[in-house]
Amino acid sequence: MQKRAKFGVGIGVIVVSLAFLAWLGYGESKTYYHTIAELQTLQGAARSHRLRVGGTVEPGSIRRLSGRVDFVLQGEGKLLPVSYVGSDPLPDTFVDKSQALVEGSLARNGSFVAEHVQAKCASKYEAAPTAGPTSRSGNTSSSSAQPSTM
Amino acid sequence: MDVFGSFALLLAFVCAVYAFVGGIAAIRTRHPLLVKSARQAGLATCGLIFLATGSLVYLFFSDSYWVAYVVAHSNRDLSTFYKVAALWSGQEGSLLFWSFLLAIYVFSALFAYRNKNGELMPYVGVVLAGVQIFFLTLNNFVASPFKVLATTGANGTLDIFTRADGSGLNPLLQYPEMVIHPPNLYSGYTGFTIPFAFALGALLARYPGEKWIHLTRKWTMIAWCFQTMGILLGAHWAYAVLGWGGYWGWDPVENASLLPWLTGTAFLHSVMMQEKRGMMKVWNVWLVFCTFMLCILGTLLTRSGVVSSVHAFAQSSIGNWFVGFLALILVVCFTAYVKNRDYLKSENQLDSMVSRESSFLFNNLILLVSCIAVLSGTLFPVFSEWFSGSRISVGAPFFNKVNIPIGLLLLFLTGVGPLLAWRKTSTDSLKRNFGGPLVAALVAGVAALAVGLREFYSLVCLILCVFVASTISMEFFRGAKVIRARSGASLLASAVDLTMRNTRRYGGYIVHMGMVLIFVGLAGAAFNRDVQKEMQLGSTLQIGRYNLLLQSFDSKPEKNYTSERMIVEVMRDNKPLMMLYPERRFFQTNEQSGTMVAIYSTLRDDLYVVYAGQSPDNQLPVIHAYLNPLVKWIWLGGVIVVLGTIVTLLPNRRAVLAFSSAQEPVAARPLGQTLAPSPTLREGHD
Repeated sequence: MQKRAKFGVGIGVIVVSLAFLAWLGYGESKTYYHTIAELQTLQGAARSHRLRVGGTVEPGSIRRLSGRVDFVLQGEGKLLPVSYVGSDPLPDTFVDKSQALVEGSLARNGSFVAEHVQAKCASKYEAAPTAGPTSRSGNTSSSSAQPSTM
Repeated sequence: MDVFGSFALLLAFVCAVYAFVGGIAAIRTRHPLLVKSARQAGLATCGLIFLATGSLVYLFFSDSYWVAYVVAHSNRDLSTFYKVAALWSGQEGSLLFWSFLLAIYVFSALFAYRNKNGELMPYVGVVLAGVQIFFLTLNNFVASPFKVLATTGANGTLDIFTRADGSGLNPLLQYPEMVIHPPNLYSGYTGFTIPFAFALGALLARYPGEKWIHLTRKWTMIAWCFQTMGILLGAHWAYAVLGWGGYWGWDPVENASLLPWLTGTAFLHSVMMQEKRGMMKVWNVWLVFCTFMLCILGTLLTRSGVVSSVHAFAQSSIGNWFVGFLALILVVCFTAYVKNRDYLKSENQLDSMVSRESSFLFNNLILLVSCIAVLSGTLFPVFSEWFSGSRISVGAPFFNKVNIPIGLLLLFLTGVGPLLAWRKTSTDSLKRNFGGPLVAALVAGVAALAVGLREFYSLVCLILCVFVASTISMEFFRGAKVIRARSGASLLASAVDLTMRNTRRYGGYIVHMGMVLIFVGLAGAAFNRDVQKEMQLGSTLQIGRYNLLLQSFDSKPEKNYTSERMIVEVMRDNKPLMMLYPERRFFQTNEQSGTMVAIYSTLRDDLYVVYAGQSPDNQLPVIHAYLNPLVKWIWLGGVIVVLGTIVTLLPNRRAVLAFSSAQEPVAARPLGQTLAPSPTLREGHD
């Protein structure tokens, strides 16, 4: 029985300490997803969370300034002004009408300060065949246009 | 050809259904002709899938721009090389490609064992046919790659419509690695179907003994090897193409490829406990079930965008099919387990904390904890939405905090485990085996502290790397010394001979050595640096011992894109070294741009230069330079892991420990000869 107890303690120590580390990492990096419409209804502490918001880049709204890039995201008819302040260059797929996912926090004036921007260009690839005449068996599947890395 | 392809797929589906139903009937009736016909239906399924895949490839090469999938993923100017890659660049094609690779495995397994293991194979055939039916359903009825473009004519008829040119391939995928990375990763994913089918088949058949483990060992090694290569090639692609200076970002798709690798690695180790000591039978069966389910989950995550998309599940209907299939596998596996669990009784118990068994136990435990951590982190947005209503994601700090200590623990076990004895290890043998390596590791640690290495994890990693590398070297040295004493050959030749005599054991050590190199490379990441600067002609940027001088700037049209590049002279310690050409490419067909990173790679560090566009203020080109220490060790380690795996797959040169006094030719035999699969199974591992 003593042997089993030894193994139990060993396993327990490993699992508990890893769980503790996981909890620390969770607190450090948790990010809430919201839609643009939800963002405007957030109250109190929820406004200070790390946030992740998705939307479509408004055509013509991208302004490259020194040290930051301003643009407007559109989703479900609502608009959200975004300032990107991160140091990495914006992805090549970030253009007018691309779908963008921004991560950062809300500023006091209701605009969004983004530290990371991911973008995928939905209109260009998969939608191309359906943009023309419809295919024989209805629409082609509306799969993600994200470049597959598999 | 599109009609031919879709009919081949449909027939393949019919054959797979026959193989499944006929196989069940064969198991019930035990009629030999029925067994044979079910097997042949399985082989025919594979042949038809090959034909369908061939016709899609043909459609790409013949520029058939009336097929929707070809239009969406190719264009006339695309080079031949990338027309092959276009096959798996979208949803429909990659699902067909999955079926294709699976068919290669299924065909080889059914064919190789056509006259063997008569009790087991009908069960295996049924499981394989079941998996094929699922993917063929998707290929035929959900995401057919052979859909054509058509217009509705005046009288309501549909006319096929041909485009002048296609939309082109995603520029991110127009990179050599993108041609070899997906086949590798997919071969890994699909390859685990074979051990899964044998495990489930053996359980259903209550097939005696550990035979299924012997039968599937090679298949598992092959799948594992492809998975490893797939992961590393993917990391290298991310590093060389995405231009953010890193190779791993804990992205859902990356995590998806890591999950089955973790359980697969655990499985490869824990089956040894079953082979040697008849333990862990339930555990092994479930490990292989989980590995297969994680492969399906990986495909689901990649193909459906469940996690990365903002709107859960809404993006693609394909996700529901996969979730359904996963649920079905779980139910089947669980039922099979509950009904036959008495067949999986363990024959032995753990004896001591310091034994080979316990090192395997801890290896499995932490691989599994790592897998659970990565899985829960990846699926956190989905689960948090179910439970709390808000979608919460976790980022790199979460994954790193858990996985770095796990990686170091594993590295420690890599050094210790193989040298511990089964059952119980004596204190004497501990001293003998670990004294030297321990001293070496401590010396390395003190030296590293002396030169100013203060990063805790990197320091621990370095110490462990030296420890493990010296335990492995000692093993080779000791064995080679014995052989040299008998044969008189050189030490190196004796080491080669030693390896060939017990390929499984020494091949395993080579794989471990490769992992050590990978860890050395990973430890370097703590010291990454980067600088970003607007550059005028003639201005310089300094990073580490390198100076970058912008000499000029040009733009030239290529066949499929326009390239804009910087011509940068690199100086090391103020001496001219070489030229680098960081580049941006603009693809006209789809108005996309792509970054081509310029990398100067040495064992000490990588100089990684990105042309980051033009400054909005003054239109000057901006350079983003990174100095990433030791990255090359990761790719080098990967190559060694693959070589080691190939060694483990070679047959032993002669029976273990049957030393002869006769002089033996020590040069390796020609590869073709040694690669032939060994017909007999050997108890290779020590």
